Amino acid sequence: MIFLAAQVLPGDVARRILGPFADQASVDALSKELGTDQPLLTQYWDWISSFVTGDLGTSSANNRPVSDIVGEAFVASAKLALLAFLIVVPLAVFGGVVAAMKEGSFRDRLISVGGLSATAIPEFVWAVFFIVIFSLGLGLFPTTAQFPEGASVFTQLEYLLLPALCLVCVLFGYIARMARAGTIEALEADYTRTAILKGLPQRLVIRRHVLRNSLLPTIAVVATQAGYLIGGLVIIETLFNYQGIGLAMYRAATQKDIPVLQSAVLLIGIVYLVATLIADILYSVLNPRVRLEAAE
Amino acid sequence: MSTPGQPAPAGATEIGTASPAAVGARGDDARVATRERLALLRRSKSFIAGAIIVGFWVVCAIFGELLVPKDPLASDPINDLLAPSADNWFGTDKLGRDVFSRVIVGARDILIVAPLATILATVVGTALGLVTGYFRGVVDDVLSRIIEAFLALPVIIMGLLVAVALGPSRTTLILTIGLLFAPIISRTVRAAVLTERELEYVAAARLRNERTPYILFGEILPNVMGPIIVEFTVRLGYAVFTAAGLSFLGFGIQPPAPDWGLQVSENYGVISGGFWWPVLFPSLAIATLVIGVNLIADGVASAFER
Repeated sequence: MIFLAAQVLPGDVARRILGPFADQASVDALSKELGTDQPLLTQYWDWISSFVTGDLGTSSANNRPVSDIVGEAFVASAKLALLAFLIVVPLAVFGGVVAAMKEGSFRDRLISVGGLSATAIPEFVWAVFFIVIFSLGLGLFPTTAQFPEGASVFTQLEYLLLPALCLVCVLFGYIARMARAGTIEALEADYTRTAILKGLPQRLVIRRHVLRNSLLPTIAVVATQAGYLIGGLVIIETLFNYQGIGLAMYRAATQKDIPVLQSAVLLIGIVYLVATLIADILYSVLNPRVRLEAAE
Repeated sequence: MSTPGQPAPAGATEIGTASPAAVGARGDDARVATRERLALLRRSKSFIAGAIIVGFWVVCAIFGELLVPKDPLASDPINDLLAPSADNWFGTDKLGRDVFSRVIVGARDILIVAPLATILATVVGTALGLVTGYFRGVVDDVLSRIIEAFLALPVIIMGLLVAVALGPSRTTLILTIGLLFAPIISRTVRAAVLTERELEYVAAARLRNERTPYILFGEILPNVMGPIIVEFTVRLGYAVFTAAGLSFLGFGIQPPAPDWGLQVSENYGVISGGFWWPVLFPSLAIATLVIGVNLIADGVASAFER
């Protein structure tokens, strides 16, 4: 499907590399070299078979191996995404649980409605707000995310914090809402009432009885958000000029660099699948009931 | 979920003895239900607040040029990047265009794209959801697999691919968002139809030998309107979100239109130089519109889903 989508892109690849003034003969020659003159099915077979062996081909925009470009970009994006997740997951779970403890209170309304509004505002709008407040107003953080080469971990953190915060704002609402719903359900459950009635301290009830059950649906949401996060990365990395997979895709799309675009989209598909798989595994580790059902 | 459909089966069970009367009674019930919901909406604080915000931008979108002091497209390179002042309330942008005028007139593009895309998504999604939910079996399996394949990639990346393939324009943007959102809406509708199809009024219609399209659109559709309306308002918020994002990336509305996402994308390059006004004001506009739409969605959801 990715292959087809990329093929529909208008524009002759060879023409693109050589520029509009190259003569037709050399364009044809290059087409032959790249294999773009072959029928679609042949091209598809070549692409799939070389993908399996790890050869992703050469970027049609700047002649570097695609695996290099996509690989570097992927590592950079993983850093940013990891930072965002490390901030948002504890924060959102805590927010959701706090909101659920006092259901219907002002604090609950603030976290629920505020979180959902934050989610609805596009990433680049958050980016603009943060840059105006923290970079221009307070002079705390740089306005781009691309840290100098060989920067220390702390310098890297300083550069990455604003873009990560934008992703945090967009993700917070969903995760907090799931954590809240899960906690409310667990609080109303019979086993929680039993635990309270037999005199366990509230802290222990929450930790051992409520949280374990309420976090299950949250894990599933965190995994699906991984795919959503990648969509956000395209925008955030473009705005902060950060050399990640999102920016690589954006550049590839504007330059019609089809090998890079295909590989990047495919990689995202794989990441999404792996994230879903990890969520399923975690789910069964935390919930013995699922394991039992599967065994039967 | 099935509360909106509750009055109908009661009326429909009498079918066979007094068919026309039953239909009439059901119509009355539906009217009462609608009136009750509207009353609930009028009392919902978040709906009122959202309606005021969105209403403001709708007025801006309709009357645009009549309300603004300057031509939003007239560039004036000598007076570029002027700070906000009495003359240019929100300053001027990179090309010396008045940011205030561009923000006001810029409401138009997004308020054409987002609602049209959402209507397209709702119509296609409702039809798909009715068919998959009612027939189940092979039709459902095949269509559901196709829908899942569509949902496997993040919307913004699918949008990016489609926009690059077909060339960016307002029509492409509407079609892209509309068709990408349709499967999501179809899932909601399908879930509602699955419970609805087991009810007696559907069985009665089948026994009366009604044609399938009539059962789908004449009998089931009116009873699943509640979830569809809620889904529409929620999707409208996402449509604004997605359209703004794609325009920001340059795959949506094209220059020199004063679209908000496009304004941010044209001017964010100068933000590190301290020129915050051509970027901040359109961003604020997007944020207020999105929050307004979400407040409306919140009010509608609590009025329709009790």
